[in-house]
Amino acid sequence: MDETEKPLSMVLFSGTDDKLNAAAVLTVGAAVMGRRVNIFLQYYALDAFRACRITKDHNLAPEATPDQAPAIRAHPGNHWSELLRQAKDVGEVDIQACALSMDMFHLTKEDLDPIVDGVEGVAAFMTSAAEGQVVFI
Amino acid sequence: MSTMQIDKTIDARGMACPGPLMNLIGAIRQGQVGQVFEVLSSDEGSKTDIPAWVAKARHELVEVRFDAGYAHFVVRKAR
Repeated sequence: MDETEKPLSMVLFSGTDDKLNAAAVLTVGAAVMGRRVNIFLQYYALDAFRACRITKDHNLAPEATPDQAPAIRAHPGNHWSELLRQAKDVGEVDIQACALSMDMFHLTKEDLDPIVDGVEGVAAFMTSAAEGQVVFI
Repeated sequence: MSTMQIDKTIDARGMACPGPLMNLIGAIRQGQVGQVFEVLSSDEGSKTDIPAWVAKARHELVEVRFDAGYAHFVVRKAR
């Protein structure tokens, strides 16, 4: 398999809007170019995918300075959840919640936005991620 | 000026990356083979992304033209 056809597998750990947006842009890019995308949601990223708060303010990463933050917040691009929906619409994108993080936050699948396809353990994610790189955000 | 007949123009000026590309993809998916689409985009990313996607998706990039502050991408749906 050509490198450009291998799946892109991303572990989303951070739950701030800037990192989730960066991950969503990468997902769109991979999906439109025909690469399958596997997303595994852990910790704070999983918490951001709760149905009741997915489009709420999730703040910015600590490295965002007071000078940078207004520019990031004012940028007119689509919300990361909408970008992920678009990516799922045009390509093959599978979003799975980490079973351990679900347990930690006492969540069930019904607590999550429907954009999340299911709940799985790390071994199952690694099976999907066997080809291509794993990116940790 | 181009003399080619444009079936649909998508004015995506002001949209952030990857918005113009996504609008083009949406229009092409709904269009007929042989139809010609024009995207107007002021997004810098479109200059690389639209040609890359058109090549990958095996459509035809008919023309790229730069105007003040934006570009025209003319694409024929090839399949």
